[in-house]
Amino acid sequence: MVNYIWVFMIASGVVAAVLQGRLDLVTSAALKGAKEGVAVCIGLISILVFWMGMMRIAQDAGLLEKLARLLRPLVRVLFPSVPPDHPAMGYILSNMTANLFGLGNAATPMGIKAMEELQKLNPDQKTASPAMCTLLALNTSGFTLIPATIIGIRMKYGSVDPAEIIGTTLFATGCATLTAILVDRLYRSRWENRVGR
Amino acid sequence: MVEIVSFLSKLILPAILAFIPLYATFRKVPVYESFTEGAKEGFPTAIQLIPHLVGMMVAVSIFRETGALHFYLRLLSPLVDGIHFPREVIPLAILRPISGAGSLAFVESIFRTYGPDSFLGRLASTMQGSTDTTLYVLTVYFGAVGIRRTMYAVKVGLWADLVGMLASWFIVVMLYG
Repeated sequence: MVNYIWVFMIASGVVAAVLQGRLDLVTSAALKGAKEGVAVCIGLISILVFWMGMMRIAQDAGLLEKLARLLRPLVRVLFPSVPPDHPAMGYILSNMTANLFGLGNAATPMGIKAMEELQKLNPDQKTASPAMCTLLALNTSGFTLIPATIIGIRMKYGSVDPAEIIGTTLFATGCATLTAILVDRLYRSRWENRVGR
Repeated sequence: MVEIVSFLSKLILPAILAFIPLYATFRKVPVYESFTEGAKEGFPTAIQLIPHLVGMMVAVSIFRETGALHFYLRLLSPLVDGIHFPREVIPLAILRPISGAGSLAFVESIFRTYGPDSFLGRLASTMQGSTDTTLYVLTVYFGAVGIRRTMYAVKVGLWADLVGMLASWFIVVMLYG
């Protein structure tokens, strides 16, 4: 699916440029995109280095284990294939907690650590496992308690009540997350039927 | 309400930052050594992401800058008019899964034109706050561990985005429409 989206974006971009007789747009857009990609990665270095350091302290102190034990029932339902005492559980929970509070920058390194742990359990290193897809579903549906970024921008534009959208956002993000979990389940059971597990 | 929320979001990070090392010290963990040991992993992870993010950003940039995105938006508008979905926020609904920065810029343009407290302002805020940049999240998370075949993950993300958009519309119409 990613392959198709990728080809679709490039191919329709090239066609659009040809139709306008502006093929130069493709080249400049490609270079601009490449530059942006590297810039995002460089920007991520500081965040990743810092939070992965903090996460290691939390892990060495046994905090991740505690967190995992506390919320085990919930996560067991979502990730049945992960052993309950596996370190992945702690990282998954930290990732979910950070997302809840809208700490996007802190959530990413924890999500990556969770993915690394799930990768250790994955029999095929190049194909996403169902647990990985579930983690991704939780993250792409963007469940948030406090949408901090958007509240900040509303303040900047002089909103009378910047935080009034918390309620509507909570409703919408809840629907999105519920959908993600259900659709993920649906695809997973279909996949399990196909490979005969 | 705003004060409480902004206070809370200002408080959470420093509180976590203070609590983790203090608790660890109490548990006799060599905190600084632990920190540097873990932090070491951050650098190679970020570097490993470069090919994935460059690949995705190039495609998104070509799609946007050549006007292809705009073309599809126009193509979609009669369909969307049919269900009375506000035409002004369609670009946001399409941009959101593809580009976080792009959709944020679009929210700002809605705020500038209609104001953050207008119907469209509230709708755009809710749409932006309730979903995430599916393609970016996918690229970063799977890229960091070298997953090539993404299974059904994209479809799940896009379904969630679609429902998130429609749910935003529904609730904002219900409360402020």
